[in-house]
Amino acid sequence: MKSSVITFPGSNCDRDMDVALKNFGFKNKMVWHNDNELPKSDLVVLPGGFSYGDYLRCGSMAAKSKIMQSVINFAKSGGLVMGICNGFQILVESGLVPGVLLRNKYLEFICKNVFVRIENKDNPYFKNLDKEVFEFHIAHNEGNYFCTNDQLKEIEDNNQIAIYYCSVSGKTDEKHNPNGSLKNIAGIFNKEKNVLGMMPHPERMIEESLSGEDGSLFFKNLLNNIR
Amino acid sequence: MKISAIITLKKDVLDPQGKVIHQALDGMGFKNVNEVRQGKYFEIDVNEDDPKKAEDLVESMCKKLLANLVIENYKIIETQ
Repeated sequence: MKSSVITFPGSNCDRDMDVALKNFGFKNKMVWHNDNELPKSDLVVLPGGFSYGDYLRCGSMAAKSKIMQSVINFAKSGGLVMGICNGFQILVESGLVPGVLLRNKYLEFICKNVFVRIENKDNPYFKNLDKEVFEFHIAHNEGNYFCTNDQLKEIEDNNQIAIYYCSVSGKTDEKHNPNGSLKNIAGIFNKEKNVLGMMPHPERMIEESLSGEDGSLFFKNLLNNIR
Repeated sequence: MKISAIITLKKDVLDPQGKVIHQALDGMGFKNVNEVRQGKYFEIDVNEDDPKKAEDLVESMCKKLLANLVIENYKIIETQ
């Protein structure tokens, strides 16, 4: 299976993602933001980081970079595009998933492990996973998901909420909402469920000795689903 | 011609930075503040002499990049 990770100026989780994808059997290529064409890919990943120094709004400049037109065309033709953290911010700024990511409610950069609950397994990312609650890592300053009431209704009607921040037992409440996100939303799909944006970093949870293995479960399953 | 654009957060969008600034002002003794909302100001020098065309150009910039219309409004001011 072939994957591509896009590197923007200021991306800093691109190589972590490269390591994770290769570790679980993807043939990964790194793609520079100024390229015009995507290599042939089964999965395109927009990694975490601080693209363009987070100038203007997080992800806003990266969303207009050269390669993004190819990524948008790839997504519109049904290709799998996953945005993690800053990648999620780039996805909302490019309009591939609805909503925006605002500054964290309590104005602090959050860097910690959280639990997230997978709501909807009827998609290529989470299909066949045999549990619902995962421990992932978050590290962001702008992860406070927000959208208009009309958008929220559409998102809910189409089952587009991918993951929620929750307790270890899967309870979603204010206490387990790290950044003020609307309805504890940690990740969102597009309508067709081929584009996934999420704040948590599964690529940071692939070594039992360092962090836990929930990211490994995610990547192994993703590879099997695409295969 | 220089055109300015002001980007403000929409009414229903939470502005935690504005809130903290409000609290700081309050602590400094500015007691009669009802609310503070933080925004952005752009001064753009465009190579265009017709004010209407220059404003249209900056409006298009606001829609495509400078503002995120899900959460922000923009207002264009002709400066000179």
